Amino acid sequence: MFKKITFISVACLVSACASTPEVIQQPQTASAPIPAPVIQAPEPVQSAPVQNSQPLSDLSAFEPAPVPGSMDDFIYQSGEDRVYFGYDRFDLNETSRAVLRKQAEWLKNYTNVSAVIAGHADERGTRNYNLALGARRADSVKDFLVSLGVNPRRLTSVSFGKERPLDARSNENGWAKNRNVHTNLTSGLNTNPAF
Amino acid sequence: MQNWVLSTLTVMMLFVTTGFLTPAHARLQVDITQGNIEPMPIAIPDFSGADRQIADLGRNISDVVRNDLERSGLFKPLDPAAFIAGQSDINYQPVFSDWRVIKAEALVVGQIVRETETNFRVEFRLWDVFAGQQMTGLRFSTTPDNWRRIAHKVSDAIYEQLTGEQGYFDSRIAYIDETGPKLDRRKRLAIMDQDGANKETLSTGSNMVLTPRFSPNGKKIAYMSYESLIPHVYLFDLEGGQRELLGDFPGMTFAPSFSPRGDKIVMTLSRRGNSDIYLMDLASRSTQRLTSDPAIDVSASFNPTGQKLVFTSDRGGSPQLYTMNADGRSVKRISFGKGRYSEAAWSPRGDLIAFVKSYKGEFSIGVMKPDGSGERILTTSYLDESPVWSPNGRVILFSREIRGSGGKNQVWSVDLTGRNLRKAPTRGSASDPAWSPLLP
Repeated sequence: MFKKITFISVACLVSACASTPEVIQQPQTASAPIPAPVIQAPEPVQSAPVQNSQPLSDLSAFEPAPVPGSMDDFIYQSGEDRVYFGYDRFDLNETSRAVLRKQAEWLKNYTNVSAVIAGHADERGTRNYNLALGARRADSVKDFLVSLGVNPRRLTSVSFGKERPLDARSNENGWAKNRNVHTNLTSGLNTNPAF
Repeated sequence: MQNWVLSTLTVMMLFVTTGFLTPAHARLQVDITQGNIEPMPIAIPDFSGADRQIADLGRNISDVVRNDLERSGLFKPLDPAAFIAGQSDINYQPVFSDWRVIKAEALVVGQIVRETETNFRVEFRLWDVFAGQQMTGLRFSTTPDNWRRIAHKVSDAIYEQLTGEQGYFDSRIAYIDETGPKLDRRKRLAIMDQDGANKETLSTGSNMVLTPRFSPNGKKIAYMSYESLIPHVYLFDLEGGQRELLGDFPGMTFAPSFSPRGDKIVMTLSRRGNSDIYLMDLASRSTQRLTSDPAIDVSASFNPTGQKLVFTSDRGGSPQLYTMNADGRSVKRISFGKGRYSEAAWSPRGDLIAFVKSYKGEFSIGVMKPDGSGERILTTSYLDESPVWSPNGRVILFSREIRGSGGKNQVWSVDLTGRNLRKAPTRGSASDPAWSPLLP
């Protein structure tokens, strides 16, 4: 939309024409009607992780909105299919709670859908302790979803400890992403129509 | 699997030492109590054989023995090229001066004798070169396909005579074989001889498997597998090749370990997010809950009498080591150093507990006494974890991840004094080692 004003002469706006300031012309497009704003689908909200296991980038403006009740729709509506944790922590912060509230709303709309709540840990801990830590994180998420009215029988919590990292980097950014719980929808989903 | 049972193995003492014992002579022995010892120079000429086939066998056996002893870090097998004389008949006394000249302190002479078409005999004598005395002489009778195990038994006999401790060479190592990139790793249960020979994979890799542990008779391996949605502990039978799910638990089970008699398995059950330690009787499959704290309780390991367990708990705010009686009573914290402690493994000798300590961004393998005193750090890296003991309680195997290696793990070994750090001879990337008992 900024294209319309690019042919305004800006050559002398700064220093070159100090003696005789050139009149800044009115944009020539003034007579043309300003085009109505194009309604774009908003970019999906993407908090901490850039890299995501779900193909968020496919949801570009010209594609149709996700099929209601699909995995894409769940991520689109919730903003995120994962929530993140501090080092050796399993409590939910306000950002995580906000995401989980949206996840719970979605899950209450699509009551056929079942989910595996998978807890993950970063690599800065020993294997079995991390399995136990992942189990705690998964249970924190499951408990919160259940407290918001999701039927516990639709949710199975499981821990992968540090065995299924999301981010391969061995640094603070990578570890932060790998401390997460993934709400992985496993059945009862609507699917995209075949192209 | 054919090497598992030495059905035809017989061991005999070779003719009681001939002649003059000098009681005043201090027995030849490697000093294994000090931190920085010189490996003992030992001469091991190729075992001789009357025809080409058994001479080849003799050479192969000697190679394995030399390699075993060298890898222990306690011995320096001398280069056979330096030997002045060989010995074709081990029933004559060696010419000790020939061995003293090349500074050999111990000498092993051996020969292979054909007994029948299908059987042969390995005989060897271990000599104290300076005293001119035989320390031991043994004879093994077996079939040719068992030659590696015979070689390891020869190594064990030599080690035992010269260190005063039981050997560990005739044993196997189970581990998790790792392939693929960090974000798509495939983990398979694998096994090999202690020296890296006879490698086999025991699972296909379609399900992730973790943390194998041998039964005390070496015939079974308990491990964790993701073959169902909720992962559980399974039991694998090495002789029959079949596996079974252990128990019908309402949550994830993991971190298995056998009791010293092999009749029970201790493991962790995670239920509603809370991990506690349970004991299962293998015959009745009845279970007993040993911890009921709301904190994480995990990674239990028995002491050799089966009366106590060491485990990891974060009930005090961070993961630390605790001991308890086998019924769950008398819980006592034993780790008080700076840092976070986990993955304790009680030595089969009972005198030490190996553990992982993480402190200031690094992970170490260390040992402490069962009361928590005498902590010593043996190794440190970006990530050292999963310590297990050799059957004689002398060597610790552990997993090491090297930073910047794309998460690649290797299995390493270290002596309990912190010496002799070596990479274990797994095929490629590997983690979660387990060490079998000494084979029968």
